[in-house]
Formats: sequence, structure tokens, C-alpha cells
Amino acid sequence: MIVSLWPAAETEKGTDMRVVVDFDLCESNAVCMGIAPEIFEVRDDDFLYVLDENPPESMRAKLEESVQRCPKQAISIVED
Amino acid sequence: MSNPVVIVGASLAGMNAARTLRLEGHDGPIVVLDGDSHRPYDRPPLSKQILSGEWDPERIVLAIANEDLGLDMRLGVRATGLSLADRTVETISSDGTEATLAFDGLVIASGAAARRLPGSDGVAGVHVVRTLDDSMALRSDLEAGPGRVVVIGAGFIGSEVASACRKRGLEVTLVEAMPVPLERILGAEMGAVCGRVHVENGVDLRLGTGVDHLETVTESDGSQRVVGVALTDGTTVAAEVVVVGIGVSVNTGWLDGSGLDLENGVVCDNTLLAAPGVVAAGDIARYPSERFGEMLRVEHWEHAIAGGEAAARRLLAEKRGEPGAIFDPVPWFWSDQYDRKIQLAGRPAPTDDFAVVHGSTDEFRFVTLYGREGRLVGVLGMNRPRHVIQLRGLLETGSSFDDACAKAAEL
Repeated sequence: MIVSLWPAAETEKGTDMRVVVDFDLCESNAVCMGIAPEIFEVRDDDFLYVLDENPPESMRAKLEESVQRCPKQAISIVED
Repeated sequence: MSNPVVIVGASLAGMNAARTLRLEGHDGPIVVLDGDSHRPYDRPPLSKQILSGEWDPERIVLAIANEDLGLDMRLGVRATGLSLADRTVETISSDGTEATLAFDGLVIASGAAARRLPGSDGVAGVHVVRTLDDSMALRSDLEAGPGRVVVIGAGFIGSEVASACRKRGLEVTLVEAMPVPLERILGAEMGAVCGRVHVENGVDLRLGTGVDHLETVTESDGSQRVVGVALTDGTTVAAEVVVVGIGVSVNTGWLDGSGLDLENGVVCDNTLLAAPGVVAAGDIARYPSERFGEMLRVEHWEHAIAGGEAAARRLLAEKRGEPGAIFDPVPWFWSDQYDRKIQLAGRPAPTDDFAVVHGSTDEFRFVTLYGREGRLVGVLGMNRPRHVIQLRGLLETGSSFDDACAKAAEL
């Protein structure tokens, strides 16, 4: 039987988050904008713009949801 | 606690259920089984980038499959039966080994299977697109450069397959039994716009005609190969490759006789609970939506994620003796065809009022809102992702049709 704790529970919170979008993958479904309009904006040219590359810790939950819900798995969070 | 939570189905819903169980504190064993022996993968690219050849299969492995969640993954193992009394699942692996698996909690996420054309089994050149193996087999036939591909069914899968074939420079005939594509989902006017996109991109679109039979030849080894499609309008289209996109049927066969309520899916309550300790998620789950006032079974990508998460939370809540949260998200999906992105939020019906509130259908760049009894029930966009996502919020909070139209004009 394999039992292990979810590792994210152990990772350090409160470090600086950086939003990284792989623009080769992004196809502007705008899901991230729906979840976190403070960070993501799809403009009239249909391209995604990252409004805040270093969002505050209070945005972490929304950012993580954006990562999970991106249909192209194009968003990642880098802890600097 | 000794018995695992068993998750049947290692696709988007099942894997998100597994992840949520771990994230939200379940530290006991989790067994995930799936008859498909590939690592869990994402399905939308199967009718897009995989078919067009832009992506190779390793690109579509689900990110969750690379997370260290401590899951007991049993791929190539199919569920064949369920006993609610014994709390066990019967399984068979690809080598024929049968086993009985006891569970403390069960997540049913066994999804759906592509419907096939009667009489097409074993006929070379005839394809469906549901699994990675399906998509790779079709891709291989497309790489051989067939003279023409006939796609049967102008739904979203058929439309995307037609698009991927055109991207490869192949001649395509798209056959749809209804007089307008997607009419049942988008209504006649918007469905007709989607049909025009195919014609603009060089597809031979045949509407209002069904398939009478496949024309086949017998190869030297006795096997059958497709050479054409005879339509009910009396014409025959020669084709070396035929793709069938006529919908899916839910994978509930293994649940027959289990006592679960099976009616076009696994019937759940409004928290995705199907029986004590048993939840369902993804394409197979049918639940009462208060938002839309009907039983819903939704086959969309994001719904599978949301359903997997909600089903996992439901199991955990039950364990703690807490009530479950109501599952009633706004359905939403996208479809990529040629250089167009179609997005639909909500649940419009062909009889709804509708208004094009932004852009122009002639330019294939627009937003249409749907209303029923004065209430906003759907948002359709073509190459307008920002508008769709922003207007989707009005579906979530609830809005009158008129207010939504006014709001759309401001975007």
C-alpha cells in the first residue's frame, strides 16, 4: 500500500511568487482572466497579458486555481 | 481505516478527485484504475494537435500524473462490477487477471465511449476519436495522405476533426443528418454560422443527410476496408478514411445490477452522491441542476475538473459527518476549428431568444447571448474569449437577458 502525504502541504508559503506563462502554449481561452482578473487580461487582440508578474501572497489561491484550470497547462508559479 | 478510496477512471475527473482527496487531507490509500493503459492524458488535443501532428502523445500527459500524490495507479485495469453491499469493485486487467477490490469510498469516473456506426467494427479506415489509441490510429491513416476523408457528424468532435484534416491539406466531406449543424445546442441561426465556417475553409458540407451504409472492399487477407460512404440522399462519397463523430454512450455497463440508479449516466443527488460512500464525476455523472432546472450530464473539460474536485470533497464531508456542498457550476467549453475559437457558457436551447451583442457573424467574430423567459441562459462567442469569460460571470450570479445585453455593449 502506498501512502504519502501531499507534498504541497509541506512547501514553504510566503516566498515571492512569480507568474510564468508559456505563450507558445497559451491559446487565450481566458479562463485565468475569469478566475484572477487582477493578474491576467485577454485584450481585444486576443492575446493574454500578465498584469502582475509578482502577485501578493493573498492571490495564491486564485493563482493556483488558474494553473489548474488552464486548458493548455500554460501557467506555472515559480517561487523566487 | 484500511480499505482504499477507489477511483474508477484515470482521466480528468478521476485524477482531479485523487488530487483533491490528497490536498484536503485524506492520507489513506487511493487506488486509481482505468482500462486505458496509457498514463493519464488530456483529451481535447486528441481531436486537435495530436491529429494535426503538431503534438506528440507525451505532450498531453496530465500534469497531475506527474505530481507526487502517492496514488496506487492501476492502468490497464478495468472495473467489471460493483457490490454496494460488500463495498467491493470487481476488476479485470489487460492480461485477463480478475480481482476483487474492497473500498471505503468510491469515485465513479469511468466516463463515456464513442458511439460507433453499426456494421463498422473491424472495417479498416473507419475511426472514432475518444482515446489516445483512437487518435494515433487516425493520425497514422491521415499521414498516409488519403484522397478524401469523410467525417460523419458535424458536432464539435467532427468539426475539429474536419479542421485538423484541412490543416493537413486533405479533402474533407462533412456529413450531418440535421439540416443545420449544432442546432440542438446553438439554435438554427448560430448553428448555420458554424456551418459556414466549414464551407469557408474548403469543406464539402452535406447537411440533412444520414449514412445509409459504408462501401467496403475485401482485402487479400479477407479483411474489410472502407472505400466510400453511401448517403441516404442517394449519393456516394468515395473516401479512404471515415471518421465517426456521432456522440458518446456512458460507460455504465459495469454498474448494471449494482442497485445504483442508471439513467443516461449515474444518477446522483445535487452533491454528486450516488449512494452512501459512492460519488460520481465527469461525463458519467447526472445530477439535478437548480440553476437550469433540469437533470444535467455535462461532457465538458472544465466540468470534469470541477466534478472531480466536488466528488472528492463530498466523500470527505460524508466521512466527517458534514453535509455536502451543492454542485451546480455553469457549464463552459471551447472548440478550436481552423482559426476560430468557439466558446459556449451556459445551457441554451434552440427555442431560446438570442441576440448578437458584439461583433459580426459575417466576420466570424462575435458574441451572442441567449435568453429564456427574460433570463440569461447562455453566452456564445466566436474568437471573443475575453467577452465570453466576462459574461460567463453573469450566468454565475444570475442576470436578466436585457441587463446582460446592456452589459455586453459596455465591454
